[in-house]
Amino acid sequence: MLFPMKILVTAKRVEDPESKIKVKPDGTGIVPEGLKYKINPFDEIAVEEALRLVAKHKGETVVVSIGGKEVHEQLRHAMAMGVDRAVWVNHTGPLDQMAIAGLLKKVCEKEKPDMAILGKQSIDDDQNQVGQYMAEWLGWGQATFASKHESLDSDAEKSKTPALVVGADGKTVKVVREVDGGLGTVECTLPAVVTTDLRLNQPRYAPLPGIMKAKSKPIEELTPAGLGVDVAPKLTVLKMSAPAPRKAGIKVPDVATLMQKLKTEAKVI
Amino acid sequence: MPHFFTEEHEAFRKSVRNWVEKELAPHALEWDRAGIFPREIFKQAGELGFLGIHHDPAYGGSGLDYWYVTAFCEELVRSRNAGVNMALLVQSQMATPIINDIGTDEQKREFLAPALAGEKIAALGVSEPGAGSDVAGIKTTAKRVGDDYVINGSKMWITNGTRADFITLAVRTGSEGFGGVSLLTFPTDVKGFGVSKKLDKVGNLSSDTAILYFEDCKVPVRYLLGEENEGFYHVMVNFQGERLVAALLATATMDLMLQDALQYGNERQAFGKPLNKFQVWRHKFVEHLTSLEAAKRLAYHAVELFDGKENPVKEISMAKLFAGDLAQRVAYDCQQFYGGMGYIEETHVARAWRDVRLLTIGGGTSEVMKEIISKLVGL
Repeated sequence: MLFPMKILVTAKRVEDPESKIKVKPDGTGIVPEGLKYKINPFDEIAVEEALRLVAKHKGETVVVSIGGKEVHEQLRHAMAMGVDRAVWVNHTGPLDQMAIAGLLKKVCEKEKPDMAILGKQSIDDDQNQVGQYMAEWLGWGQATFASKHESLDSDAEKSKTPALVVGADGKTVKVVREVDGGLGTVECTLPAVVTTDLRLNQPRYAPLPGIMKAKSKPIEELTPAGLGVDVAPKLTVLKMSAPAPRKAGIKVPDVATLMQKLKTEAKVI
Repeated sequence: MPHFFTEEHEAFRKSVRNWVEKELAPHALEWDRAGIFPREIFKQAGELGFLGIHHDPAYGGSGLDYWYVTAFCEELVRSRNAGVNMALLVQSQMATPIINDIGTDEQKREFLAPALAGEKIAALGVSEPGAGSDVAGIKTTAKRVGDDYVINGSKMWITNGTRADFITLAVRTGSEGFGGVSLLTFPTDVKGFGVSKKLDKVGNLSSDTAILYFEDCKVPVRYLLGEENEGFYHVMVNFQGERLVAALLATATMDLMLQDALQYGNERQAFGKPLNKFQVWRHKFVEHLTSLEAAKRLAYHAVELFDGKENPVKEISMAKLFAGDLAQRVAYDCQQFYGGMGYIEETHVARAWRDVRLLTIGGGTSEVMKEIISKLVGL
């Protein structure tokens, strides 16, 4: 017997890495002109996993995003993939990871999902902290860097089998994780926070009928004040700078010269 | 964002681009070399709703406006494989609209629904060795014998021809001329049907274009589309959708070729400066970008009229004529700009240069467009 699952996922709006990203000359941030945005790719993997679990177990999926009205685009994208409804925490201005985790904790307390699945990090500032804070503050189990043994070319992947395995009693989840040197498996009591790694699944494309259906799916609006969360940043970004450009390579005539240069110039051996 | 593309159009555009860049583009060269692409692609496109954008929702379509088709064409060219694009668009915009518009419920369930789902591959069978745009001259006959039609003849230039599961087929049921043409749905597992030859084309290499033969092929009368001897009109209407798609593909292809070339010209240095800094090329590109903008606006004008359920034959013919001819010059110059790099298969422009030749030939030549426009303006 399978127990229905209620799953909460996140959809952060991030800069599309295919648009040209430049740091402002004064180092206060990045140049917003000409930028394109998309759903954080790790979150898209979380959405896919949630949809697969609910296809198997029945239940409900809810997607959350924090930001101005523009994050509706990412919420609609998740709903076009198949998520049932959305929660929008309306806030403009900077947020640090503790504020984000605090807001998501409150949303979880309100929605009471069996599982919250998040990207392990977002590709804009790559902090990799929100899932961990959330689990700690909620007192839930956590399994970070969820992955699987099967490759993304396997039959299990093609048949859209969920990688996360919920126990027969509906009270636990088994998660294969990427760890240094391989894969490890953990089992958590539900509710739990799971964060996704790159090789968990290949997210589906948003089908045209899904895009049309997403238009009429509900988006509930919440605010940090309404949720009772103080989002004043505890961290301040002092300065941003682009990494130094790579120097042009050189050609060496033979292996002996290469070895010598690695030793004396690059000093790596 | 022009007013005709809403948020939903843009969301759809993103989804198409995502699919095209991940599932099609990485195989562009491989599929051209193989002369075919996997059947599975039809299935994927069908599951995503890409093959039934404006078709009846009762049979798996989405019943949407033509700006979605426009966005689909514009993103599809990123596959860098004109053969795949043609195969998919023959399925969605050429072989199935007639069934959608005039088919019976039974015909729609048997042919339209599986084609929109990408489970059955569709072809359009109009042209013959002796009749292309001259549809009134087709010679393939369908004789009524009891409750069947018995079909004899051959068809040429049939896209998806070697593996189509059914053909939307134009046949002669009556006297000579346009008044004797009818349309049928023709399943290709009928006895007496076969592929004479897969044609070796100059471009669009991954698409299978074939000569087909029909020898005493029997199909039931219930496969007749619309009324007997009234097929000519529907073929003519269908041509408009085909030509509009050709105009849109032409503008989108030019857009991509020019973007690629300009990027290449920023990076490639000659005589101490990037190629884009040579005035001779700068001016040429500006001319092309200006013409492209005009071609695109003309095509959009035709889409707007077509979407308003008018039959803008003049505007569509002009859009195809203008964009198709322009694509020849743009492709030539872009290829020239690349020098030797433009002459090898790995560079997109080399294959694009070859593939764009079809744009003044397929779906009615530029000369046929000019004849149509001549009549419409009273010359």
